[in-house]
Amino acid sequence: MSSFEQLAMPLFGRLYNFAHWLTQNREEAEDLVQETYAKALRGFSSFEPGTNFKGWMFRILRNTFLNSRTGLRAATVQLDLSDHAPALPAERQTPETILIDRGSEQIIQGAIAELAVPYREVLLLCEVEEMSYQEIATALAIPIGTVMSRLSRARRALRDAVQQKLHGNTP
Amino acid sequence: MTEDRNGDLTEDKVHESWTGKLDAYLDGELDSSEMQELDGHLRECSGCTAEALRRLQWKRAVHSAGQCYTSDPALREQIQKSISPARPAWWHWRPAFAATAAVLLLFAAARIVQLEIVQSKARVVQNNQAQNNLDQRSGIVGELADLHVATLASANPVDVVSSDRHNVKPWFAGKIPFNFDLPELQGSQFELIGGRVTYMEQSPGAQLLFRVRKHQISVFIFQTRALPVNFARAGELDARSFHLESWQRGGLQYFVIGDVAPEDLRALGDLLEK
Repeated sequence: MSSFEQLAMPLFGRLYNFAHWLTQNREEAEDLVQETYAKALRGFSSFEPGTNFKGWMFRILRNTFLNSRTGLRAATVQLDLSDHAPALPAERQTPETILIDRGSEQIIQGAIAELAVPYREVLLLCEVEEMSYQEIATALAIPIGTVMSRLSRARRALRDAVQQKLHGNTP
Repeated sequence: MTEDRNGDLTEDKVHESWTGKLDAYLDGELDSSEMQELDGHLRECSGCTAEALRRLQWKRAVHSAGQCYTSDPALREQIQKSISPARPAWWHWRPAFAATAAVLLLFAAARIVQLEIVQSKARVVQNNQAQNNLDQRSGIVGELADLHVATLASANPVDVVSSDRHNVKPWFAGKIPFNFDLPELQGSQFELIGGRVTYMEQSPGAQLLFRVRKHQISVFIFQTRALPVNFARAGELDARSFHLESWQRGGLQYFVIGDVAPEDLRALGDLLEK
């Protein structure tokens, strides 16, 4: 059986990136990652070998974040749309969005940072960590339907925010 | 859901039902039958294909933009240290210990091999030397036996014929590069017959002939340094049917050879050594 160190250290970069996205602050992200590793090490005996270790680690990090001051603040933000509302119908994207390229990364990053934490985390786990809906549901401890609806809204909100920024930047 | 007069979905609604599944399609979350259906639709519908490509570009852009934070390497090191199983301080030096141990072992092994080779060579040299000594001793003993036999067979076995030691000893003066003493044999069983100059390894020496009962005994005296091998501890030796006694005294090597019993040789030797 692999040791905790062998399983956990390869995830370090990913966990730090996610922590920084959640906290939006370097020091807080470092504290969050450190605490995550400490908690995970203490609870490693409860981890079931063969199950999703990555999802387990992200779940610990996310729970730790929600118990932090920044996390508690983020949890009090009211989502303007109910998780259980049906997904919004897809819209054809406007021509502006297809102009997204590497030069527009900062615009996208700004737009992601502005998303409410419940949307930001589900979007990052799907698009950056490329987790399946089921893995995201496990990591965030929410039903898979909620994952799908939050993801749909997160994408819509991101597109809107980027469009707005692009229009705002257009002379 | 809007339907036309035939009850079919309008074209917009058809597109809407497909585009609603595009994100799940691109996320790989559709089941295989839905995946095949949508694949089939995309092959026929350029509008939906274009929309799928736009969303794919969007996904890639978000994926790339989302990986923007990297940590301080010191944090990684600190965490790694904190979660590593507790190990004694020397554990971190184990590669150095292992390397040192390996080098020391190699040195030790090389030294052992080297010593073994040297010792083996030394043994070979010693063995060869011992063999050479043995060969040389055998050669000298054989030569002494030949000289003794030749003397016995000769019509003139000695050049100075006298039983008086005071005649024999001076006869050698100037003929050989050393002096020796002859014992007084009166009252003993031995009788001096005479002497002659002989050679061993190209060095001159004295051969004295004695008689005991009906046997003749040769006594050879050489300078020790003239002989190629040391007979200091030779003691009793045998050459063919002869017995031989030898000893050293005053830089001279004495050999007593004859076909008598070893006791007789020792008795004559004792007289000569006095």
